[in-house]
Amino acid sequence: MSHSSVDVVVVGAGAAGMSGAVALAELGLHVVLLDEQGSPGGQIYRGITLAPLSRRDMLGPDYAHGNELAQALASSSVRYERGAAVWQVTREHEVSYLREGRLHTLQAKAVLLATGAMERPFPIPGWTLPGVMSAGAAQILLKSSGLAPSEPVVLAGCGPLLYLLGWQYLRAGVPIKALVDTTRPDDYWRARRHLFAALRAWPYLRKGLELMRSLRSARIAHFTGAEQLAVEGDGAARALTFTVAGKAERIATRCVLLHQGVVPNIQFSQSLRARHHWDVDQLCFSPVVDSWGELDVAGVFVAGDGAGIGGAQAAAVQGQLAALGIAVRLEKLSDAQRAFRAEALHARLASNLRIRPFLDALYQPKEANRIPADDVMVCRCEEVTAGELRGFVALGCTGPNQAKSFGRCGMGPCQGRMCGLTVTEVIAKARGVSASEVGYYRIRPPIKPITLGELAGD
Amino acid sequence: MRTDPLFQPVMSEARSTRTVSLTFNEQPLQVPAGSSVAAALLMSGIQRFRATPVSEAPRAPYCMMGVCFECLVEIDGVPNRQSCLIEVGEGMRIRSQEGARDLMFQPATVQSVEVLS
Repeated sequence: MSHSSVDVVVVGAGAAGMSGAVALAELGLHVVLLDEQGSPGGQIYRGITLAPLSRRDMLGPDYAHGNELAQALASSSVRYERGAAVWQVTREHEVSYLREGRLHTLQAKAVLLATGAMERPFPIPGWTLPGVMSAGAAQILLKSSGLAPSEPVVLAGCGPLLYLLGWQYLRAGVPIKALVDTTRPDDYWRARRHLFAALRAWPYLRKGLELMRSLRSARIAHFTGAEQLAVEGDGAARALTFTVAGKAERIATRCVLLHQGVVPNIQFSQSLRARHHWDVDQLCFSPVVDSWGELDVAGVFVAGDGAGIGGAQAAAVQGQLAALGIAVRLEKLSDAQRAFRAEALHARLASNLRIRPFLDALYQPKEANRIPADDVMVCRCEEVTAGELRGFVALGCTGPNQAKSFGRCGMGPCQGRMCGLTVTEVIAKARGVSASEVGYYRIRPPIKPITLGELAGD
Repeated sequence: MRTDPLFQPVMSEARSTRTVSLTFNEQPLQVPAGSSVAAALLMSGIQRFRATPVSEAPRAPYCMMGVCFECLVEIDGVPNRQSCLIEVGEGMRIRSQEGARDLMFQPATVQSVEVLS
């Protein structure tokens, strides 16, 4: 086991982590950037430094943009450690990680968590079958390996990532059998009050409209207002079934890609016992941070989607703002110097976030796809259904942590990452209280699995 | 068991010049160097990565980013490896993970005892 001291440890080399680490290094701080992947980029810019030009072109300009950040990182003084699985961050800024089978611990003066987002669970009948994946997973296969489904695929759900993947598949010549959209006309009605702000973010909106237009002009079967989604199959996916305005539909396919938005990955901020709040617009828990991204744990900052979904461009700005916050904590900058540098950044952040309320309202995941029927698997690892969970509640289970002792819910290998939000919402609905009152799993280290042998350092 | 691969390289992708040899359940496979174990298995027609400990239901990668733990396999004798996060290596011996792993008897390598809270 090795121990050493640094100024700042940054966890995660996505948009926020790369930009934050570079900004910190430019402020003269000794920075270590730890990332689980083999190359920088996080999920949004996954494999950016390795992707051949033809693939970058197919994925589009927003992806290629990540290369600037990766290059800035490469030419900075940041010590970037790839393949580092961080399994513990303490309130005293001690960061422990596993790399090439060896344990390392860094004592930092401040920590920047840039662990980004994960896809929201999409619990429907059959979602555990091989052949069913998240759209983000399929996009990662495309970005990192140039792989796409070998037969016509069905995309189902809603949200920008789902349509972006469809657009990328069109450009790559990958056949799409159907786009099964859960968005309904009343979603547009709900989103309309944010339209004015969205119009001020015209470049974003235009990109989205162009994307939707190209999907429409490709004459892909496009269903809207789809309900009662279910994957059919015995041992592997065979078809997606759903209803549109009460009419039953069935599309045969071996590959169903699901998506209904992304949510903050809060494993570390939760394990630090930082304060979180239930975001009623994004329907997820987010850590409570100040305008520099600092948690209520002194010296621990969060930047990017891990502090609330804002997208890659906002994340890069948040990384820079967190760097300024840390610089003041470590007495590299005065308050006045920080205020001067931050002014333009805050303005840029506000402009990057302007489209959000519109997107959040328009693509708000449907309750039926978040709080599923009794027979649907909620905890994939321990195979606990929504019905069993409701049974626990009837017996007096009041929250996610008790659900563990009632039926191992959330105690499998993923440690509640995949079911956490669903469990909170199912219990809240069953008890007739708010998600905020029900709360979340109590997350404890190790955040990543680590063997006793590794811990013992043999 | 191999079926027609669910994923394949898109048309614009040049065929990888470098490949590595590995085995999945003793079956030899040639896969592109640099890819994750999960991606390599998916493009080789492996659809079932593991069976769940509870009902032995078949599972395969769901998130590809280290969140869902559905892609767990045994690599070179070490169980519970997240195949979406590990790069393929020459001569890797990969096995599907069947049901609950044996926690009780692994005296030779304490390595396979996992700490989970």
